[in-house]
Amino acid sequence: MTLLIKYTLIYGIVLMLVALGGCFSEHSGVINIALEGIMVVGAMAGLLVLVMLPSSIVAFWRVFLSIASAALAGLLYSALLAFASINLKADQTIGGTALNVLATAIALVLVKRYNNGLGGTQSPKLSFANGDFLFTIGPITVNVFLFIGLILLVVAAIVLYRTRFGLRLMACGEHPQAADSVGINVYKMRWAGVLISGFLGGIGGLAYIVPAAQIWNFEVGVSGMGFLALAVMIFGQWKPGRIFLAAMFFAVFKALANIYDSTFLSALNLTKEIYNMMPFLASMIILAFTSKKSRAPKAEGAPYDKGMR
Amino acid sequence: MKKKNTSPLLERTKGGLTSVIAALICIVIGLIFGLVFLFILDAEHAWKEGFVPIIQAGFRNVGNETLKKVGMNWATVGQEIVEAAPLIMTGLSVAFAFKTGLFNIGAAGQYTVGAFGGLFCAIVLHLPWWACLLVATLFGALWGAIPGLFKAYLNINEVITSIMFNWIGLYAVNTLIYNRGNGVMYNLKQSQTYALKDVSPRSLIPSKLFGWDMYGTFKYGSISIAIFLAILVAVVILVILNKTTFGYELKACGHNASAAKYAGINEKRSIVLAMVIAGALAGFGAGLYYLAGGAQWDPQNSTALPSAGFDGISVALLASLNPVGCIFSGLFISHLSTGGAQMTQIYFPSEIADVVSGIIIYLCAFSSLFKGKILSLLSRPAKAKEKATEQTAKEKEGNEQ
Repeated sequence: MTLLIKYTLIYGIVLMLVALGGCFSEHSGVINIALEGIMVVGAMAGLLVLVMLPSSIVAFWRVFLSIASAALAGLLYSALLAFASINLKADQTIGGTALNVLATAIALVLVKRYNNGLGGTQSPKLSFANGDFLFTIGPITVNVFLFIGLILLVVAAIVLYRTRFGLRLMACGEHPQAADSVGINVYKMRWAGVLISGFLGGIGGLAYIVPAAQIWNFEVGVSGMGFLALAVMIFGQWKPGRIFLAAMFFAVFKALANIYDSTFLSALNLTKEIYNMMPFLASMIILAFTSKKSRAPKAEGAPYDKGMR
Repeated sequence: MKKKNTSPLLERTKGGLTSVIAALICIVIGLIFGLVFLFILDAEHAWKEGFVPIIQAGFRNVGNETLKKVGMNWATVGQEIVEAAPLIMTGLSVAFAFKTGLFNIGAAGQYTVGAFGGLFCAIVLHLPWWACLLVATLFGALWGAIPGLFKAYLNINEVITSIMFNWIGLYAVNTLIYNRGNGVMYNLKQSQTYALKDVSPRSLIPSKLFGWDMYGTFKYGSISIAIFLAILVAVVILVILNKTTFGYELKACGHNASAAKYAGINEKRSIVLAMVIAGALAGFGAGLYYLAGGAQWDPQNSTALPSAGFDGISVALLASLNPVGCIFSGLFISHLSTGGAQMTQIYFPSEIADVVSGIIIYLCAFSSLFKGKILSLLSRPAKAKEKATEQTAKEKEGNEQ
């Protein structure tokens, strides 16, 4: 049971962070299907920094620097999406798909290069020590991302609903022409939305890999977590509070794949793949029932053109 | 997630010459970025051991004397052809769906499920190759139908559904094949599915065409008539889209679903059928690849979706969604990935080819920008001429007066 809680918390926070990122991007009017790729790039940057830092560094700085570099890498990578979809008015879905393909390729090239420099192997795997990220509270091991995630959740909710910036951002996703007419710079707002999603997605990528593993094969990318986060966002109706609950709900399914062996579930004699499949199946079933009531930002997906009526 | 029906991509398919020029620009810019990337990684070896092999790709060995002696110098060209066939098919799958206003990001899942169908019929049922290929197609069609149904009847965006069913399909296929090592198709010794040439030779797609033995020419193990089947299907799709009422109806739904409905087209049926056909094309592609015998499915290592599905997006976009264009762009993407493997791997991992093709898709997303430029450049001389003739006409008028 403690294992279930442990993994649910790990995956729940990841899904929540990334879905919050998607939430900011979509509220500003840009569909961010590149979240998967942003996670990969963030995780890759964070892990490379983590393994390259000299061992003499204090644990706090090691944790801080790797998380910061993950966030920064995600932010920079998302700028590619922002540039294509806001300035060049490209098809947002295609741009995002391109970035997903590109992310895995870049991560593999860089990780292989790094391993090659170490010992001449072409391995796509990166091994790292994650002890600095973990704490024990009572019977449960939690990681630093739990605290970061909860703080960011509160900040996100306040920014979105209680600040001028957040309300303006949401206006740009609902009716950009109206927002523009009252003097809001739609392009700037959309850039901000996408960059925030990159920041959160980058952290999410690192948060997915570091607490639960000590070696990671980048051929897998982040195994669909970014896409699952999109489903969490839709299920959470683009609202931070609901996104948190939705993320925890999906995380239970995801966690089962890690721990079914050691629980009563092993009696059911199902394979690991079936558990891996479950969150995706669950998300489809839920979407099928909730889609009629879905309230997506109205103007998302459509490039904003100042000259158009 | 709502998508506007007025996708710039549909507009973009006009004008064959500009499409070709825009594709070439995308390729050139992609390659330049690739070259810069190579120089950043290792400037010393970037040109000779990185860029040149990527460009030469399969043709690198054609002039190799030692390989010539054993007649193997065309083998890597054969490899390019073998790997192009599934890419052309997934490209067609994406292009076909796009023409009907749907973004089929699910080609990877349809490809996976199609591969399972084909391999099952071959390894377990020992059916002849054409029957296996048909089953692969049907399985792909089934997997394509799901997002179509979700879109038509529940109004859920096909992108989300396709992505989810990509993963569901992958995990389902892996568990069915592996089944903790007990799967009937699973060869425990080699930890992958049984090789077709050992268990069911008649399920292999033949390599002889009208008496010409392709294996004799290329000496590449899994070369087969698959590439010609892919080309044939591309032509059929071109005819369906451009010359039949059915194709016209599908395209009409893609341009404006409400207008199509008003004109008496059953738009729900069209959406589902479009996705079924797109899925069938991807499944057919998987059949062409796995039934040619070149690769076996490794359910434990295949934890990522097959790249053919996503490469299909580059193929389709590079071809500006033209089915016949997909043949050429499929061959090109295959050329590129073969080139990636030809680089000296200690300096440059083969994934650099994927970086280049990723950049190319990224550029394709806004290639309508170049297209506008090209169009205005192409029409400028014509306009200048027009102006000149107008002027002379005016002058004449003036003289007459």
